[in-house]
This record gives sequence, structure tokens and C-alpha cells, in this order.
Amino acid sequence: MPPPKRKNPALRTRPMHPPPAARSRIGLGLTAAAARGDLALQVCQACGAHQYPPRESCNRCPSTELRWQRQDGAGKLLAITTLAHSNDLFFRERLPWRLGMVALDVGVSVLVHLHEDVQNPMQPVCVLARLDRAGQAVLIAVPQTPSPHWQETPMMREMGCDPKHRKILITDGKTPTGQALVRACVAAGAQTIWVGYAEPWKKLPGLDDLAQLPGVSLIPLDLTNERDVAKVSGGIGGKVDIVINNAEAHRTHGIADRAGTDAARFEMDLNYFGLLRLAQSLGPALKGRAADGPANAVAWVNVLSIYALANFPAHGTYSASKAAAYSLAQCLRAEMRPFGIRVINVFPGPIEDEWFQSLPPPKLNPDVLARAIVKALQAGTEDVYPGDVAQEWLQRWREDPKILEREIAAGDGR
Amino acid sequence: MTRRGYDDVAVAVPVTVPYVRYSPRSAHWFVAQALERLLGHSGLAKADIDGLCLSSFTLAPDTAVGLLQHVGLGPRWLDHIPTGGASGVMAVRRAARAVQAGDADIVACIAADTNHVDTFRQTLGSFSQFARDATYPYGSGGPNSIFAFIMAHYMQKYGATREDFGHIAVAQRHNALRNPNALFKQPLTLEQYLNARPIAEPIHLFDCVMPCAGAEAVLVMSCARARDLGLPHAVVRGAIERHNAFAEDPIFERGGWLLDRDELYAQAGATPQQVDFVQTYDDYPVISMIQFEDLGFCAKGEGAAFVRSHNLNYNGTFAHNTSGGQLSSGQAGAAGGFLGLTEAVRQLTGAAPERAVPSAALGLVTGFGMVTYDRCLCTGALLLGASA
Repeated sequence: MPPPKRKNPALRTRPMHPPPAARSRIGLGLTAAAARGDLALQVCQACGAHQYPPRESCNRCPSTELRWQRQDGAGKLLAITTLAHSNDLFFRERLPWRLGMVALDVGVSVLVHLHEDVQNPMQPVCVLARLDRAGQAVLIAVPQTPSPHWQETPMMREMGCDPKHRKILITDGKTPTGQALVRACVAAGAQTIWVGYAEPWKKLPGLDDLAQLPGVSLIPLDLTNERDVAKVSGGIGGKVDIVINNAEAHRTHGIADRAGTDAARFEMDLNYFGLLRLAQSLGPALKGRAADGPANAVAWVNVLSIYALANFPAHGTYSASKAAAYSLAQCLRAEMRPFGIRVINVFPGPIEDEWFQSLPPPKLNPDVLARAIVKALQAGTEDVYPGDVAQEWLQRWREDPKILEREIAAGDGR
Repeated sequence: MTRRGYDDVAVAVPVTVPYVRYSPRSAHWFVAQALERLLGHSGLAKADIDGLCLSSFTLAPDTAVGLLQHVGLGPRWLDHIPTGGASGVMAVRRAARAVQAGDADIVACIAADTNHVDTFRQTLGSFSQFARDATYPYGSGGPNSIFAFIMAHYMQKYGATREDFGHIAVAQRHNALRNPNALFKQPLTLEQYLNARPIAEPIHLFDCVMPCAGAEAVLVMSCARARDLGLPHAVVRGAIERHNAFAEDPIFERGGWLLDRDELYAQAGATPQQVDFVQTYDDYPVISMIQFEDLGFCAKGEGAAFVRSHNLNYNGTFAHNTSGGQLSSGQAGAAGGFLGLTEAVRQLTGAAPERAVPSAALGLVTGFGMVTYDRCLCTGALLLGASA
């Protein structure tokens, strides 16, 4: 897609009216899977029948044992319609809107948003689950072999948060992760990237190189400083489409191995209060621009830590600050969702950086982390657990958080 | 086991509370208006009504129960059927059984709905759990988007054209011009039908019904009682209903009528060819066409050819939706499911002289209701005869 034209600043900025957000409790299973980027359907554990729409009991046998299971989404398009009329403001403002009815190979018919590249009834398609601008799962049928730019159609732009042609704030350019994020966003076609840096007297390698990249500019930003945050928000608040908050403080201590609270206070001040300051300052600007044309405000990314889920005692105060930030990020998500802004939480395991120096491999390469974040933006996924350590923690945490806690305390897991 | 026949059950006093596009009144008001007309036209008192079968979408938070206290009825038989477009057929079928069993002597069957300015939109998003989860978030087109798939698929598979569906809509408008209760008062040409603005391809404006407020009602009693009261009436010759049929079909192209139609005609000792008029549930012309097939007037896939070779006007070779149907009268919520019923009774009792089907003795009324996800689940049909 070509870069969108600059908006005439004299024109009214239209407010966002998200699509219908109401779902049944059982229906939220689809959203839970889509938040991870998966299509899942309920499958009867007694007879194996797939179910759709979501329900409480099998429509073939009497069982109520239905489990959400990941699906490949292969199916055949049965019929197409193009809506020229809608009862909902979101769609009314985006007509015409294409829909399809698809018979999935697993034996259920699903109503889907239809990708522009799917033109012919009876053609094979692949059905994906995506979060829509209301943050709820919807199904989308795309060609089984998508074209290279399939994510750039107007409908897909609404379903994801693609960095392409968008203006991005990355809050810390001094860390390996921050610098990798800048490079990944440039590669993804971002139009403008503002890169924050704190403590300007402390020069670190790489920062000046970033400013040579197309569209990248450096701005002083210390999230522990209220005035700094207000100044940045005042300057770029009306332009930012995506916020990536990667600024963090990280010291390697538990409770007993360090006296005093200074280090822990610093971690909380940046990791938790920093997010709070930035969200209070910049959040309203994003909310107001959520429907501002093809390069609208779309997303807020928090780089948290897998240790936000369960405390890792060797990095105990850091874990606690990330847990606090995670909790606040959930609050931010709830407040942003009615305005159509996606809050993406990223939970990496140990990263290949100086503060995880003492941990043995595997550790997450910052470039891999940055690419995972860009991919999450493109696909609009909501929770990202990049790398092997994060994936393993997630699995153990899902199975039983108590067992994970004991394993970690015994030094069996990290 | 063969079910018992519906001998000696009369359907009388068809009433219509005139339709309005929007009304600030509640559904309760429309029910009360219908009841007042039933009593006024029959000469009965409230106390004579000992059975009530009610259908309404907009009565919330009330049901038929709360309504009793509103209008002051004390029946010994009560039913509330949430079956929308199938409710006319189902109300009469249930009421007939109540009368046959002696559970009630005179059953008022009433369908009434109001339509405030935002009623329709609000109903869509909360119509069913499946609609809320799996259809409304997809473009929020309401039933138009679902029936667009059904129509598109039918056209692809059987070669029907928009013109074929246009014949159904145009004939109904022709009939509606002779029905003072119909909301649409202007003639409709095939050209206007074809040039109408798209709503949800291939559905265009005149494929859609107009939501409105209004009510329809009848009384069901024994034929002897109807004769005693001197009430012109039709008799129930056969009735069927079926729900969630052919659930395995990936997209709707046949309805539950197909499973029970032979029994329906056997009950009446009649064949489709002996039917003098047909009142189909016409939420969209494609649904009428599918019913022509499923109720035995032509084979599956031949609906378009059938329409092409017949005149569907009230005095044509295949009298269809002689009141104008919902497409031209308006869809007053659940009352849309009663429209064919009241019209059939009027035709069989000579109460619609301005659009009379010549020497009508046997009429078919169908019902189709409740698109909870990708199709309507409730189907029914009723054969009504002129009284001897």
C-alpha cells in the first residue's frame, strides 16, 4: 500500500466506534486463543465433533466435555456477500464490507470477514482468528496461499496494528532491546520513530547510529521524570500511533542479599510508575486518534517479563516491579479497549543483556525479541511469550502456578 | 405412530391492528388492541377467552404471564411461543390440540410487537447467544447478511436469477395494493426491483421486509362453537411443525417442511395441486421459492422455473401471499408470523373481497422462524379449509 496522505489538520478527527464487543462467557474462549494468535474451536472429548458457534454441550452426542483445541482453519468458501448497509457505526463508517460463509474441513460452517483477495465462491480458504478493534475474536477467511502484501488491505489494517506507515514511540533507545526494536520497526516500514533516551550525559554505543536510520529521531525521555513525560506527550502526543514502552530498571537482587530499598524503589519508579506516568500522559491522545484514517493510533506495547507471572527470587525485586507493571497493563488494556487501542503485553524470558549476564543460556536475542514484537503488532496478538524460556514458563504456569512457585523456590526452574 | 387429525377445529375472527412504521407504544398496547378487536368482532366477553397463546419479541421484561394481569384475563390454558415467523402456524396447532382435548374452549392466538426507532438494532445484537457471538460482530447486518448467503448459494447452485425473485416481490406488491392494511401503497415494477439499491449482495432493497409495529390475531375454537356464535370460520385440515431440521447441511437450502409435508397433505386428504392459495412466510423471496419446492409444488432446484411459469397474483395461476405478504405489508415483529394465517382465514371466509382468490376452498399457510445463527430453525405449515 502507498503511504497515506498527510491529514488536513483543519478536518475533524473522527472518534472511534468499536465493533460490537458483547460475547457470551463461553464465547470468550475464541478470544483467549486469538489473543495468542491461534484459531481454536471447541472439540467434544467424547465423540470428537467440532463445535461452532461456542456452546456448552456437544451438538452430536450428549457430552458437555468440550475443550478448546487449536485448528488449522482449512475450509471451502460457500457464499459471499458484500454489505452495503449495517446497523453498527463501526461497519457503517467502513462500507462496503465483505463477508463469507465457510464450511471448515472439520465439519462446521463459520461466518467470516472475507479478505479482499478471496473472490470466488467454492474456493479453498484458510480461516484465521484475529482480534478486532473491540479486542474480541473474529474469524477471517484468507486465500490458502496469501499474496506478499495480504496484511496491507483496509480490512486487515483494522484487524492488526501493522507498523507500516505508522508513527512509533520507543521509550528507550539505549538498551540492546530498544535498538533492535528501532531497527525492526524501520524494517517493517514505520514512517516515523521517536526514540527516547534518559541520562543524556551517559553515552552508550549505538544510540547515535540509530538517528541515521530513515525516519528516526532521538528525544530525551526519562519516565521517572513527570516533566519529561509531559513535554514529550505535548510534543508528539497528537502524532503517535504506536507506543512501545521498553524502558526498564533491572537490578539483580532478592530481599536478603541487599540492604535498603533504593534499588527496588528505582525499579518500581521506572517499571511501574513510569508506565503509569506515560499512560496518563499519552493514553488520552491515542484514544482520540483511534479512527484517524489509514494511519491511525492502534497499539500500546509493554515489554514486561515472564517473571511478572511468578517471582524469580534471584531477580526478586525486578520480578515484583514487573508484576506490578503487568497488573497496571491489564488496567490500561481495559481502559483502552473501548477506544479500539490494542494493548500488547510482551513476556520475554532472560534477554542477552548485561543484567541477565549471570544466567546460563538459553537467553533471548534482542533481535528475536524485537521481531516477535513487530510480528505481534502485524498480527494484532495481545499476549506474546517470545523464546523457549518464556514458552516453558507459560506452560508450567498454566498447568499449575503453585507447582511452578515451588519448583522455582527449590532452584529447579528459572 | 400416526398423529391424530385436527377434526372439527375452527379458526375465526382474523384481526389486524393496523401497522405503523414506528410507535412509541409498548407491545402490551398492541396486544390489548388485538384483544379488543377479537372481542368486538366476536361479541365475546373477556371471561369467555379461556386460552391464550402469545408471541412477541418486544414484551420484555414481561411474558404472556405478566400480560394477563395487564389485560385482565384468567385463562385455564396459557402458552408463550418465542418462535417468531413460525408462531402463527404453531399457535393454531397448539390451540387446536387444547380445544380438541377440552383444555380450553376458546383460545385467543395473538402476535404483537412494537417498533421504536432503535428497537430493531437493539434486537439484532441480543437475538440469540449465537447471534451475539458469531453473527452480529460480522458487519452487524442482521438477518440480511445471513439470507444473502442463502440466496447467493441458491442462485449459484440452481441458476435462479434476481429477476426470478423479482417476480415474487412484484406480484406481492400487486396484491398489497388491494390490502388496506399494507404499509406499501405504491406499485412496484420489475425494473424498480432490479434497480433497487444493494443491501447485502445479492439482496437488494425490495428483497427485504420493513420492520414495523402492529398485531395480528385469531380465535381458535370448535366448529360447533363457531357455528353457535355465528362466526364465519375456516377449519383446520392439517398442521405440521419441525425444528432444527437438516442441521448437517453446511448452508440452508431446504427446510423442515420436506420431512413432514406428505403427512400434512395426507391429513387433509389433498394434494398440492388442490391447494387454491399459498401464504408463505416471506422474510425474503428466496425463502418463498424454497418453500414452493419443499411443500411439493415443484422439485428442488425448480423454484425459479416454477415462478417463471406461473402468475403469482391473487387471481393468478398460483395465488401467493394475497395480502402482499411481509414484503409489501411490513413485518410487525412476531405478527409477521401471523400475517399469512389471518389472510388465509379472510380468504376462506370471503372477508377479502377486493383481492379474493376465486372459489377458494383450501389454503396453505407456512411458518419459518428464528435465525439464531446461520438459518431459521422453526418450520411449520397449516392447511386451512373453507367451512362446509
